[in-house]
Amino acid sequence: MTGDEQWLDREAGPVVRPYAVTRGRTRPRGVTVGLIDLVVSAGRHSAEARGLGPEHRRLLGLCGSPITPADLASEADLPLGVVRVLVGDLQERGLVTVAASAGGSSQDEKVLRSVLDGLRTL
Amino acid sequence: MVSGHYERAAGPPPPPVVTKLLIAGGFGVGKTTLVGSISEVRPLRTEEDLSELGVGVDDTTSVELKRTTTVAMDFGRITFPSGVVLYLFGTPGQERFWFMWDELAFGALGAVVLADTRRLPDCFSSIDYFERRDTPFVVAANHFDGSPVYDLADIRDALDLDSDVPVLLCDARRCESVKEVLIASVAHALTRHQAAARR
Repeated sequence: MTGDEQWLDREAGPVVRPYAVTRGRTRPRGVTVGLIDLVVSAGRHSAEARGLGPEHRRLLGLCGSPITPADLASEADLPLGVVRVLVGDLQERGLVTVAASAGGSSQDEKVLRSVLDGLRTL
Repeated sequence: MVSGHYERAAGPPPPPVVTKLLIAGGFGVGKTTLVGSISEVRPLRTEEDLSELGVGVDDTTSVELKRTTTVAMDFGRITFPSGVVLYLFGTPGQERFWFMWDELAFGALGAVVLADTRRLPDCFSSIDYFERRDTPFVVAANHFDGSPVYDLADIRDALDLDSDVPVLLCDARRCESVKEVLIASVAHALTRHQAAARR
């Protein structure tokens, strides 16, 4: 990066600092969601959604079908830490449910075979 | 009973089966490139300017061309027709981000340790980590333009690997090559799994 280079649009970074949208919180209130846990909207969008910020709503909009926090961060272009705090808020309000991905899935031969077959036919 | 069956059939599709592989190795070895070569999504990453963060920390002796370093992680995704989704996570290359490794490694199918033959010692710590955790891994030597081509047996000896750990050459820029590396990694994990089941 040279000194006289100009930053424009996305290059310049977000207008609002990432943790401003969490009001400075760097950790979620409840249990931290895993990187590849599945977050899905609970289908309740009225009263509980009142008072949510635009980032909350954006994430909620992405949770129509099960999606991982890693994907949410990528889609919404937010840091993973921020996504975790916001998903925690949504979970607390009952707006999303979180299903833990199988920890120790390395034990599952079926999954291993299925990934292997999938890679071979890519 | 019967109506329950029909209700379920009309419901939403079952959630995807998600799983992950780790891509580890030293700083500047090509993890970002490897993930980007095969992922269907824009890689998730946070890059910081090395001139501020890496002074005195990152060994850039033979990677003069790299000006930024990935401080968060690389993230890629491959969705298979079976509904299984494979996530690739690049582990942070520098030791001060090791706190992230345990979460990344939890539940992973296996790992790929990417090696640069010009700087083999850089991947010792990754190998140690996966050996200690008993995570199945393969070593893939990434070919760089201008780097000498070594015999795979020499690389195995230099890294003091167990005889069952697969070692292969790859070009992280090429999707086909990356695919072979991932296949080797998952096949090795499956072999290890089956061996453990017989015991």
